[in-house]
Amino acid sequence: MTTATAPRTDTVAVTTPRRAPRLARRSPTQGKKSLVLSIVMGLYLLYTLVPLAWLLINATKTQPDLFTTFGLGPGNSFALFDNIAQTLTYRDGIFLRWLGNTLLYVVVGAGGATLLATLAGYGLAKYNFRGRKAVFAVVLGAIAVPGTALAVPTFLLFSQLGITNTPWAIIIPSLISPFGLYLIWVYATDAIPTELLEAARMDGAGEFRTFFTISIRLLTPGIVTVLLFAVVATWNNYFLPLIMLSDPQWYPLTVGLNQWNAQATGVAAQPIYNLVITGALLSIIPIVAAFLVLQRFWQSGLSAGSVKQ
Amino acid sequence: MTTTAAPPPALRTPRRKRRTRIDDRGWLFVAPFAIVFTLVFLAPLAYSIYLSLFRDQLIGGNAFVGFANYVTAFNDPQFWDGLGRVAIFLVVQVPIMLLLALAAALAIDSARLHAAGFYRIVIFLPYAVPAVVAVLMWGYIYGDQFGLTRNLNDLLGGQFVQPFLPEWMLISIGNIVTWQFVGYNMLIFYSALKTIPNELYEAASIDGAGAWRTIFSIKIPAVRGAIVIATIFSIIGSFQLFNEPNILKPLAPNTISTYFTPNMYAYNLSFAGQQYNYAATIAIIMGVITAVIAYVVQLRGSRQEAR
Repeated sequence: MTTATAPRTDTVAVTTPRRAPRLARRSPTQGKKSLVLSIVMGLYLLYTLVPLAWLLINATKTQPDLFTTFGLGPGNSFALFDNIAQTLTYRDGIFLRWLGNTLLYVVVGAGGATLLATLAGYGLAKYNFRGRKAVFAVVLGAIAVPGTALAVPTFLLFSQLGITNTPWAIIIPSLISPFGLYLIWVYATDAIPTELLEAARMDGAGEFRTFFTISIRLLTPGIVTVLLFAVVATWNNYFLPLIMLSDPQWYPLTVGLNQWNAQATGVAAQPIYNLVITGALLSIIPIVAAFLVLQRFWQSGLSAGSVKQ
Repeated sequence: MTTTAAPPPALRTPRRKRRTRIDDRGWLFVAPFAIVFTLVFLAPLAYSIYLSLFRDQLIGGNAFVGFANYVTAFNDPQFWDGLGRVAIFLVVQVPIMLLLALAAALAIDSARLHAAGFYRIVIFLPYAVPAVVAVLMWGYIYGDQFGLTRNLNDLLGGQFVQPFLPEWMLISIGNIVTWQFVGYNMLIFYSALKTIPNELYEAASIDGAGAWRTIFSIKIPAVRGAIVIATIFSIIGSFQLFNEPNILKPLAPNTISTYFTPNMYAYNLSFAGQQYNYAATIAIIMGVITAVIAYVVQLRGSRQEAR
């Protein structure tokens, strides 16, 4: 792994070829737009968008309309705002409580994961400490271990520590992002010239001061990428809260929505499909918005990461 | 790439020498991660190995049983049923998903597409949708009560599409997983494609290579590393299959058993049956199988890369 990265310590040389082909690729041999290709890809686009359109359309329907009107057509009445109001107030506004929980897990969990991965990735990239190779091997090995394989023992361990059914049971495991560490490690190797760190040391700056004043700025695109993917992972987390939490007061949105769905079957079934659909729509809006707004950052961060692969 | 990136040897040697000097201050940066990692990865791993060697018995309580749990698992038809199912899923769904992703990445990268940036972001969009929402959404669409499936069957006048029948179930789940992850893999491939140096395209164009020739001789070899990574991630994902069947279960209770996938089996063993030791055993077996296959894929991938 280290030998493969050695020739690329020169930052300038790595960034230049990455940029160049995009502009120059539109050469006469390849620049012709193809209508057939656009149509074929358009079909795939349709496949991607139809379920989301279905969700949007059906969030505007009342529960009876869901059963009686065509799936991709409008309902008899436009009930979107009524559905939103019902979703937010159902059972004393538990949906808002779940949204708050999700935000808590995302801010502390994903924020902490990004901080830890950034520090550790930077340490791995820029310091040749004893045990470095071992740390790297263990973390890479951990990516291959299925997360769910560890879920049951983690639950048992946490229940002995007495922290199941508390936010800590969700936050602590969220703090680890092996993928984030890998990405920052790759990114820091290229983005921070070792000479710069040595110059800072000669000026008498401490290691952490150098990190927080100089290195962190150079790492920003990488950090935003890691943060965004950590946010998605915690926002979408389902399995971990499912096993760790039994009190609905601590549920995140994902587990809560699934509980609303499960309410439709079994004895004393009380289907609230319209609320599940509206709640689902509400829960994807923030995360989709974050991706759209930050796309320039994460796309450049990702392409830097893939240079290595 | 390597030729442009490699600095002259005279410059490189002193820098590499300096980097190899031992500097234990790196631990200051790595320690916080390492501590939490030990708590949430290494400790549970060790604990589950420990659990798998014991058994809670009616007589004698918690007793060391060696590999007896593993022997039980290898003779357990429910475990094999789940494992076989995820193996079929892996062999069919992963290639379809990765081929779609590669085709999309090549199309977007080809500069022959109108509004390529729009395609890229929309195809990636499902990755941001929580698995729970994606599965509920598709589950409702599949449903015969108010889904599009019912609309379609009404239109055709019969029961042609029944996603919740046992013989359709795996396809239905495969469709959801494909929908969710094509965009993510597309982005991995696309990022790799963008790093191909322009000189290669110029050289190919001078040699008279057409678009297809360029794809097969330059682009695909150049993204082989990304393909290996994406394959490994997909294998891990397939063996871990849990969210999709578990969320679909209330919608199709008769089709999805408690041992539909090994992970569901482990989950139900521990949280419905209190059989923690046996659940840990199943989890470990799955972890070992996944790690071995991921390792083999990586070995094969890097060997071909070395040429």
